[in-house]
Amino acid sequence: MVKTKASRLYGVMAQFDNPSTLVAAARETYAAGYRKINGYSPFPIEELSEAIGFTRTGLPLIVLAGGIIGGLGGFFMQYWMEVINYPLNVGGKPFNSWPAFIPITFECIVLCAAFAAVFGMLALNKLPQPYHPVFNAPNFALATRDSFFLVIESKDPKFDHDEARRFLKSLEAREVVDVEL
Amino acid sequence: MDEKPDDRHQSIHATTPVVGSELTFGSVTDKISAIVLKRKTPFGWFVGFAISFALFQLMMLAIINLLFKGIGLWGVNIPVGWGLDILNFVWWIGIGHAGTLISAILLLLRQRWRTSINRFAEAMTLFAVAQAGVFPLMHLGRPWLGYWLFPYPNTMGIWPQFRSPLMWDVFAVSTYATVSALFWFVGLIPDFATLRDRANNKSFRLVYGMLAMGWRGSARHWHRYETAYLLLAGLATPLVLSVHTIVSFDFAVGIIPGWHATIFPPYFVGGAIYAGFAMVLLLTIPLRKLYGLESFITMRHMHNMAKVMLATGLIVVYGYMIEAFFGWYSGNQYERFMIWNRMHGPYAPYYWALILCNGVTPQLLWFKKIRSNLLVLWLISLVVSIGMWLERFVIVVTSLHRDFLPSSWGFYSPTQWDWAMFIGTIGFFFALLFLFIRFLPMISIFEMRTILPEAEVDEG
Repeated sequence: MVKTKASRLYGVMAQFDNPSTLVAAARETYAAGYRKINGYSPFPIEELSEAIGFTRTGLPLIVLAGGIIGGLGGFFMQYWMEVINYPLNVGGKPFNSWPAFIPITFECIVLCAAFAAVFGMLALNKLPQPYHPVFNAPNFALATRDSFFLVIESKDPKFDHDEARRFLKSLEAREVVDVEL
Repeated sequence: MDEKPDDRHQSIHATTPVVGSELTFGSVTDKISAIVLKRKTPFGWFVGFAISFALFQLMMLAIINLLFKGIGLWGVNIPVGWGLDILNFVWWIGIGHAGTLISAILLLLRQRWRTSINRFAEAMTLFAVAQAGVFPLMHLGRPWLGYWLFPYPNTMGIWPQFRSPLMWDVFAVSTYATVSALFWFVGLIPDFATLRDRANNKSFRLVYGMLAMGWRGSARHWHRYETAYLLLAGLATPLVLSVHTIVSFDFAVGIIPGWHATIFPPYFVGGAIYAGFAMVLLLTIPLRKLYGLESFITMRHMHNMAKVMLATGLIVVYGYMIEAFFGWYSGNQYERFMIWNRMHGPYAPYYWALILCNGVTPQLLWFKKIRSNLLVLWLISLVVSIGMWLERFVIVVTSLHRDFLPSSWGFYSPTQWDWAMFIGTIGFFFALLFLFIRFLPMISIFEMRTILPEAEVDEG
């Protein structure tokens, strides 16, 4: 009985009224040893991601890689076309007139890095994602308005349904609900 | 460490609030999303959209006629091969630059007042770049072969000429349009989610839901989102400077008197931001009145924008003085003649009107009283927009119409089809803006939440 219930459970969600109580609650939850936790807020809160132990992202490296690929690709595209594939004498300039290739190289750096930033961010966030269990929570539509949420996922090794509910209730939460898968 | 957030809070909010102090997370969300979802569309919207859509049809007519008859329809001919089409291109691109400045550069400089106007300014950028693109494309003569500008493997076995500033322009403008669109869309994702959760209408919920891509405000997502947004701002900042620099290279790399000057890149970038801020003011002053957004777009925004306009206006005036100085100091008879011809030749009225519009009028902005009077500020912005158009006219036409050999001199006057294209793009621009303010949140809702005092995390 208990087992089937737990397997259909995504986690336990607490609702808060302001960012300060959410961040404080997230810090206490992390300190209590829970690791599979996540906060939900209507705007970015720097302290929150730090509180749930998420401080590093590989995104800057992806963007750097995009910029390098764009820069090398942009320059050598021009080099190959103007020097190797179809050398053409334009006004007596050298075939490899590299200063004239810089503007396009620069634009290719920016273009590829920007694509890497946007699509890298979406990919790391696993978006687009049409379905997610947290949307089943009754008040969750307020997460894009003025409410703040904290979830302890059932995947957490320390997760115990009743214990997690009791713990979240002790954290000035307005309401604690179960989130089903 | 403990006092730091408090200090920041004090310095930003205590003296002049960025936004009205009565706002809360809920009221910000409801007020902005109601414009899209709940409020009755004002009658003025329908009138404005109808007029601009009609003018857009004029542009379509001008383009169809052009495709049938060729660019002989326009006033361009040797020696003035670049007439209204190139100057309109430069004018529109310049207008777009203020949007990127507001959204990217002011973000990096932590100017929090930008939040009220960045979404709108970014939309303006995107739509202005779309108008700009129309002109060089139509000026190709055979626009259906426009894809020849891109380096793609083709049966002719040839490649574009990458040493030409016109090719640089293709890359700069297409990159600018793409990155501006990405930046704008990324900024909209959390607001799409807000609209999805607020919409009562099923089809609205479906469309906004698809655009939001399942955004749920997760802390991990926000962290990567903020990183991506900041990196995009960092990329867009040099990009915007490069775009107008490259546009100015279209002129400065040529040897025509009056174009071949090293002052061109900074002078063009300054002028672009000047024209762009004039356009932002021109649009926001009536809009904030029409939709009652005074608590979001406050007088502080108006003052700041007026000050940026004044500062960039002075850069532009410096450019005019240096141009005249170059002409005189070069000791080159063609350069000297070019300046003399600008001031006394057949196009002299344009030159002096330009000095009046761009050099003299904005000096009124030194006075706080004038910056506080919205009607006067609006009129000054209109004058500046006209002045920047005249500036491009003077640069393009007066330099070309009389160059080295008097036997090759000529005269240029735009035809009715030139004007139809120009007025048509204004219509297209406004039609897109009207659709934008009807269907998308014109103020970034999630960023507005971050600047409210209650968004500060108190870790006492």
